[in-house]
Amino acid sequence: MNKIVPAHNIGGYVPMIDGPEKVSGRAKYTADIMAPGMLAGRIFRSPYSHGEILEVDIAAALKLPGVKAIVTGADCDKTFGVLPIARSEHPLARDRVRYRGEPVAAVAAIDDTTALAAVRLIKLKVRELPAYYTAKAAMAPDAIAIHDKKPGNLERDVLFELGNTAQGFAEADLVREETYNCAEVCQNQMEMHAAVADYDAVRGRMTVHASTQVPYYVHLMLSQILDMNMSRIRVIKPHVGGGFGCRTETLNVELITALLARKIGGSVRTVITREETFITHRGRPETDIKLIIGLRKDGRITAVECECDQRGGAHSGYGVVTILYSGSMLYAIYDLHNVKYLGRRVLTNTPPCGAFRGHGTVDIRFAFESLLDRMAGELGLDPFAVRRANYLNAPTFTDNDLMVNSYGLPECVDWVERASGWKARKNTMPKGKGLGMACSHYISGASKPVNWTGEPHATVKIKLDFDGSVVVLSGAAEIGQGSSTILVQTVAEVLGLDLSRIRIVTGDSDIVPKDNGSYSSRVTFLVGNAAIDAAQNLKRVLVAAAARKLEAKPEDIECLGELYRAGAQDKGASFDEVVVEALKDTGTITVTGNYSTIPESHGGKKYRGAAIGGTMGYSYSAQVVEVSVDEETGVVTVDKVWVAHDCGKALNRLTVEGQVQGSVWMGMGQAMSEEVAYHDGLMLTANMLDYRVPTIQDSPPIEVGIVESNDPHGPFGAKEAGEGSLAAFLPALTNAIADAIGIRFNDLPVTPDRVFEAIEKRRRALGKEKNSSGGA
Amino acid sequence: MARILAFVLNDRARTDAVPGNLLLLDYLREVVGLTGTKTGCDGGECGACTVLIDDKPTLSCLTLAASVEGRRVDTVESLGTDGQLSAVQRGFHEKLGAQCGYCTPGFIMASAGLLRKNPNPSEAEIIAALGSNICRCTGYVKIIEAVQYAAALRAQGIAP
Ligand code: FES
Ligand code: FES
Repeated sequence: MNKIVPAHNIGGYVPMIDGPEKVSGRAKYTADIMAPGMLAGRIFRSPYSHGEILEVDIAAALKLPGVKAIVTGADCDKTFGVLPIARSEHPLARDRVRYRGEPVAAVAAIDDTTALAAVRLIKLKVRELPAYYTAKAAMAPDAIAIHDKKPGNLERDVLFELGNTAQGFAEADLVREETYNCAEVCQNQMEMHAAVADYDAVRGRMTVHASTQVPYYVHLMLSQILDMNMSRIRVIKPHVGGGFGCRTETLNVELITALLARKIGGSVRTVITREETFITHRGRPETDIKLIIGLRKDGRITAVECECDQRGGAHSGYGVVTILYSGSMLYAIYDLHNVKYLGRRVLTNTPPCGAFRGHGTVDIRFAFESLLDRMAGELGLDPFAVRRANYLNAPTFTDNDLMVNSYGLPECVDWVERASGWKARKNTMPKGKGLGMACSHYISGASKPVNWTGEPHATVKIKLDFDGSVVVLSGAAEIGQGSSTILVQTVAEVLGLDLSRIRIVTGDSDIVPKDNGSYSSRVTFLVGNAAIDAAQNLKRVLVAAAARKLEAKPEDIECLGELYRAGAQDKGASFDEVVVEALKDTGTITVTGNYSTIPESHGGKKYRGAAIGGTMGYSYSAQVVEVSVDEETGVVTVDKVWVAHDCGKALNRLTVEGQVQGSVWMGMGQAMSEEVAYHDGLMLTANMLDYRVPTIQDSPPIEVGIVESNDPHGPFGAKEAGEGSLAAFLPALTNAIADAIGIRFNDLPVTPDRVFEAIEKRRRALGKEKNSSGGA
Repeated sequence: MARILAFVLNDRARTDAVPGNLLLLDYLREVVGLTGTKTGCDGGECGACTVLIDDKPTLSCLTLAASVEGRRVDTVESLGTDGQLSAVQRGFHEKLGAQCGYCTPGFIMASAGLLRKNPNPSEAEIIAALGSNICRCTGYVKIIEAVQYAAALRAQGIAP
């Protein structure tokens, strides 16, 4: 006899539902969209770091055969930006250019060669202004304002003291102060930015395909920039080749392509180059940190004081949020009291920075875990013991009012200690080899979205029709992180159906409900909960239909996925029969599921901006990194990483592992080789050879331990998995290097030349250098 | 100046007039419409454009279309038979060697080239063969597993 049981769809290793398209080359990304007659867009960019625009001369370019339209700042006087309080950017510069690479004009031509030739004919005349390439230079008293409304080039300063730091430091047995510098880094996602815009002049409608994480924000900004009613705009997000945060705000390229399409009344495709992707990167700002920690002999942290300066670039972007995260996320990982934070977000004549994976938390965590490790050593404490001495007692609220419910950090710490063999190996490592550990955490979606108009935080719809296929409609942006797979799994789990029954449609504003997008690791938690709600609503409809069909009471109906029955003896009705019954009432069924965060999770009001950091659930991570350092060359090799991540509940172990490995590895790039470097505002690293992303040859095995703390609010207990493990790699690495060679690196990236220089410096200081007079 | 190009693309003979300076990558994507092959950089940095020329993994962004005259070119679209995924494709799908999927066609073709030459590669040989492909999502761990799994599927005759 065939026993029918509900299908189980969560907790296993489930390949991504859109994998077959990706491995067969059928998946369409924005640049793959082509149509006959489509024009090619190209952007002319400022070669100046800072200047008042005197003239944009497009006359020669316009005369070039094949050029169909050119737009400049004169075509649009509107501004855009992700934060309603900081919309300072024009799609094409007007009056002033503020960084090298800022878009000034754009061409639509019959082909890319012609468009490029036209761009080369455009001339920009400016009166050059003093340009500032560091936060310090921009904050100098005589510096002129890059934006008139921001005197002193201070985008935002944040100051709070919660508790009493003076008293806290007085209670410490050891107080240490250190400074740290983290170089600017960028996402360098594999797909270069692209947009396809099609303007239907007859109907006055605009359709834009964009390589974005936030189709809704793009929609919003298109409406603002084009001065068109939102109902006349359609935004489609095709497959997206990674984001890591650079696509969490509307980008110039999307807006410019739309301006071109409207001007010619047709279709334009703009695919920017790798170099352009770099020079407009929206990455993680260069950050200078001064950190003071007070520590007692028993490992308890008594006080923390932190100063943080971020070189934000030429426009606001997410800047205010980034500098707030850096302060608020000092909390919610350890039990901290007596904390003082001073953050400054500074405007400079470099590309605008944005929300890189681990937004706002990474550089601060590097500093914190580095200093803690060093001080533990001075007090003769084991690095694990010092973390254990400072655990939160969850559930709790932090001093800055962040709500912490599930807290799997202790299990993470235990797991990496065990898996790495720390206790047995730590003090027996051979010369030049070392072990280091560190912890980190991250939010599962900001509890208050930046553009909030009062509706639920997430909405999912499910459609069920005559064919019995369950179609999930969601605006959540699949960018390779697996959000569509998770939503399908979630709905299938509630209905007890096999994954093959469920389809998902995403990324088309004409069809799917609005979603804020894929950022701050919000989708699994917020949209996942909305999907559960929608599936439960659908189940209710089906149960009622089954009850009618089986002439039973709804409460007696048992749902086994493919079979609905009234008790174990009942033959029941198949899913397909129940669907037919259900459709009798209303025709095609559509149900809605919603999710809203609870007010307790919205953060506090103790200082301006204290809501930033509030979330429904924090993920936790601990890492052990094993390194070998070649003292002759300065080359550091990461031999192995053990990482444990508390994602609440792994809905899909395969994608959780993939996300955690990807984050750890991205942290490795930042820690060891990646750096955006400039000479007078000219980026020196605008390609993948100079901006050194680790290759497969540089990359270690990464063993993942999944910790499941079962968050009380998470969908089936889940929290985020895609960001929280990035930050811990950086300090775990430098702590391991310190263990291997006794030198602490406070500046990132730790490149071989930096390591070599430090080793040489120590040799000289110790007066131990060998006499090499025999050499040439 | 246009030239006549006659070659075999994904097992089919094909003749086209191509400008002498047209890159194989742009020819495949924009002229033929095979958009599986991806552009990931401004030339030679990333491996996203890898195709097989006479079974050898080659960067199509550094190859002139006209230079494949008389050769055999395979893109990701050539893999798989009878609607089934090939072993390498199954490896990348089932072991999550692909997240965003943008680097994937390049990795798959580099891996397919490796397995055609060396059906049972060691981990070190896999790493060496994929050294000029960049992936920004996976950290490569699952890419190595994907290729190992693909080699096993082929060895057991489960997938071509
Ligand atoms: S496109 Fe990057 S190497 Fe060819
Ligand atoms: S899967 Fe996204 S770049 Fe490799």
